[in-house]
Amino acid sequence: MEKQNYNYAIVRSFVIWSLIWGLVAVLVGVIVSFQMVEPDLNFPPYLTFGRLRPIHTNAGIYGWGVGVIFATFLYIVQRLCKTPLWSDKLAKFQLYFFNATIIASAVTLLLGYTTSKEYHEMEWPIDVMIVILWVAFGLNIIMTILKRKDEQMYISLWYMMASIVGVAILFLVNAAAEPVSLFKSYSAYAGTNDANVHWWFGHNAVAMALTAPPLAMFYYFLPKSTGVPIYSHRLSIIAFWSLIFMYLWTGAHHLLWTPVPDWIQTLAMGFSVMLIAPSWGSVFNGYLSMGGQWHQMRENYLVKFLILGITFYGLQTLQGPMQAIRTFSAFIHYTDWVPAHIHMGTMGWVSMISFASIYFMIPRIWDREIYSIPLANLQFWLILVGQLIWSISLWVAGVLQAGMWNAMNSDGSLTYTFMETMVEMYPYWWARAFGGVIYLVGLIIFIYNIYMTVKKGEPTAVTTATAEGRA
Amino acid sequence: MWEKKPVLLIVLATCAILVGTIVTMVLPFAWVNTEADRIEGVTPYTALQQEGRDVYIREGCNNCHSQTVRPLVSDVLRYGEYSKSGEFVYDRPFLWGSKRTGPDLARLGGKYPDAWHYKHMDSPRSMVPKTNMPDYEWLRDYPLDPQMIQRKMETLDFPYTPEEIKALEDKNEMDAIVAYMQKLGSDIPWRDTTETTIVGELVNPYTETDQATISSWGSIYLENCAACHGEQMEGEIGPELIGEDYDDEILFELIYSGITDGGMPGFSSLGTDKVWKLTNFIRNYKADGDQ
Ligand code: HEC
Ligand code: HEC
Ligand code: HEM
Repeated sequence: MEKQNYNYAIVRSFVIWSLIWGLVAVLVGVIVSFQMVEPDLNFPPYLTFGRLRPIHTNAGIYGWGVGVIFATFLYIVQRLCKTPLWSDKLAKFQLYFFNATIIASAVTLLLGYTTSKEYHEMEWPIDVMIVILWVAFGLNIIMTILKRKDEQMYISLWYMMASIVGVAILFLVNAAAEPVSLFKSYSAYAGTNDANVHWWFGHNAVAMALTAPPLAMFYYFLPKSTGVPIYSHRLSIIAFWSLIFMYLWTGAHHLLWTPVPDWIQTLAMGFSVMLIAPSWGSVFNGYLSMGGQWHQMRENYLVKFLILGITFYGLQTLQGPMQAIRTFSAFIHYTDWVPAHIHMGTMGWVSMISFASIYFMIPRIWDREIYSIPLANLQFWLILVGQLIWSISLWVAGVLQAGMWNAMNSDGSLTYTFMETMVEMYPYWWARAFGGVIYLVGLIIFIYNIYMTVKKGEPTAVTTATAEGRA
Repeated sequence: MWEKKPVLLIVLATCAILVGTIVTMVLPFAWVNTEADRIEGVTPYTALQQEGRDVYIREGCNNCHSQTVRPLVSDVLRYGEYSKSGEFVYDRPFLWGSKRTGPDLARLGGKYPDAWHYKHMDSPRSMVPKTNMPDYEWLRDYPLDPQMIQRKMETLDFPYTPEEIKALEDKNEMDAIVAYMQKLGSDIPWRDTTETTIVGELVNPYTETDQATISSWGSIYLENCAACHGEQMEGEIGPELIGEDYDDEILFELIYSGITDGGMPGFSSLGTDKVWKLTNFIRNYKADGDQ
């Protein structure tokens, strides 16, 4: 059909760059996991744990996560709207500026220019760059939607628009700071206020960058991969609106038992538990769409990635609300349990969906069949096993450490000194590093598979331009 | 309806996002950091301390250390008085952290003498062999930039004197971070007010224990005390422990409660049993002389 009009070149570039930054993120992740068990691997001043860890998290979220968001959104918006991008020039600018921003972030973080606010570490000049980048991206998507050919907007487009405004609001408020120099600024808020604003941002960055966008991908790529539409449109409407309404109340569940006013903590706790409903709305919608199609789990590797991904999302959104309950938080907060939660979300949910989305797009944007499906299957298992080793070892470690921190003698004194609890973590930290290496191998195989597809893949037989619409 | 109108969808979505935002993020400004939670005695950072705080931020210490003690029994026993909102009014940004790979530092000020911090920052593993905290001795090589620090103090609107800025000239980043460590959580006089209570009569449970068993408790000493008193009790940051003769009860209390203003931390967090073992080990060591 009008396939040639679609701007696939830009999608290809974003796929490539997101893979490069994803590799950097995972590589640095593996390095810091070894630094935690072997402090001799710190090379001051630049290559120390304290400076590298934020590079890992930011490369993961902004390089890999947002890179995939850019690639998939630019693809999905053209297909769902049946129209080419509003502005190819703006998209090109977005690509160059994206890479410039990520490079600037990595370099400045290495040099120690940081605000220390988790997932928002970059100093103010880079915040300005991120704002420009997001406006360029958001504008292009929204203008493309405005000139769409189909009146009805599919579910994925709702999530995309919500995440575009959501990220903008969160980022701008949390970025407020008073600069001292080009490389140093002080947050506009102090102490408890700063903590509350920051975790309102922090948790909703999870909502608007690591939940809504993968959901947009899931709702688009699942029906595309299985050939069967989403089970219930009404359920997806309810899940969408309640999700974006409820998420914003929950930031303080990161601050339970801190000096933040009690009523904010209680609201956060209540809304976190309620969040199970809209989250599982999407999980059920996904599972029920598989009715009569479960055999595809065996035959279609894309479906395997997508269903495992939504399953981890389901587990994540049960575990999260549990952690948001005061008594449970008292136990696991500050322990290794929390990184295990994070990595089920990022390595399990976000990455699985991203892999499936990229595998789905490749034949359409490069006109090549995937080089090797056995390799894709191998990758699937490495990713799954790597992630499970990672998370399970740290859940055990977290519970163990929490138990030891709280253990008391009959005279009311503590049983263990801090170091007695800390040394018990080493075997689990080793296991985690090992899980990370397996995951890294999986990622390298993915990149190799894509590289070979582009280099050597068979040209696609039929053009895949099928009608798009409400899936 | 909204499914066909993108602008309407965006407006509605923004409204949905703003409700929770206004209630849980904007509204609290009316309560937090107001006169109501101000605490007398909480002072802004001095120029040196603030610079230390900025080094702490630059090195990402917050990736391993939290800075809030929760009102939970085990937190308070381990770290001290729980944290209060009014103690953080000068913290821009907040540094509460989210992970305790190392211990909480909110109540660190006054726990150790400066000399301990210098030695620990130089090489944490020389004092705590199994720690994974990196060495920071290289901070000593970086002198401070008084002009920049003055600008920071002005931006923050913290009081400072020209002498204070001048004095920074021959200080380095290590001095700054140690000054910051000593300020942490010490604005309220909690160390003096929280008496460590010893429950029950003080009776040495190990008077009948044989020499060999007592000697085997040396590991408790090496782990907790050697960094300051030396591996042979010869003294270093803390005084020599050989040659003094204490009563069991006095020695026990000394270890259990510490000498707050003398730089000797209290070790009530070890529990009475371990403190008794230490008491006997130290007394026995002296009697023995050359273990
Ligand atoms: C890789 C994690 C890690 C990093 C990064 C780290 N620490 Fe630590 N820190 C620890 C651990 C573990 C301990 C407990 C063992 C010890 O005393 O070394 C500790 C202990 C401490 C203590 C002693 C606390 C007490 O109550 O005994 C201080 C003070 C301290 N760290 C300061 C810092 C500063 C300042 C930085 C940044 C320049 C820093 N740490 C960076 C892991 C870390
Ligand atoms: C942070 C360093 C430090 C650590 C760790 C430490 N001490 Fe001390 N200790 C001191 C200092 C400093 C003094 C001197 C205090 C004073 O007299 O004002 C002291 C004093 C003492 C005294 C009294 C000595 C005298 O002659 O007055 C005893 C006994 C003692 N410590 C035992 C211990 C034991 C047992 C441990 C291990 C559980 C320990 N200390 C750990 C620093 C430390
Ligand atoms: C219903 C949904 C969810 C709820 C209620 C929830 C709840 C929580 C809570 C309470 C914490 C703090 C734990 C602590 O420090 O004690 C947390 C941490 C975290 N969660 Fe979730 N979670 C949810 C879903 C997700 C998803 C889908 C992701 C995607 C990756 C995710 C990523 C994270 C991250 C990155 C952190 C770490 C924050 C930090 O650095 O401390 N969460 N979550």
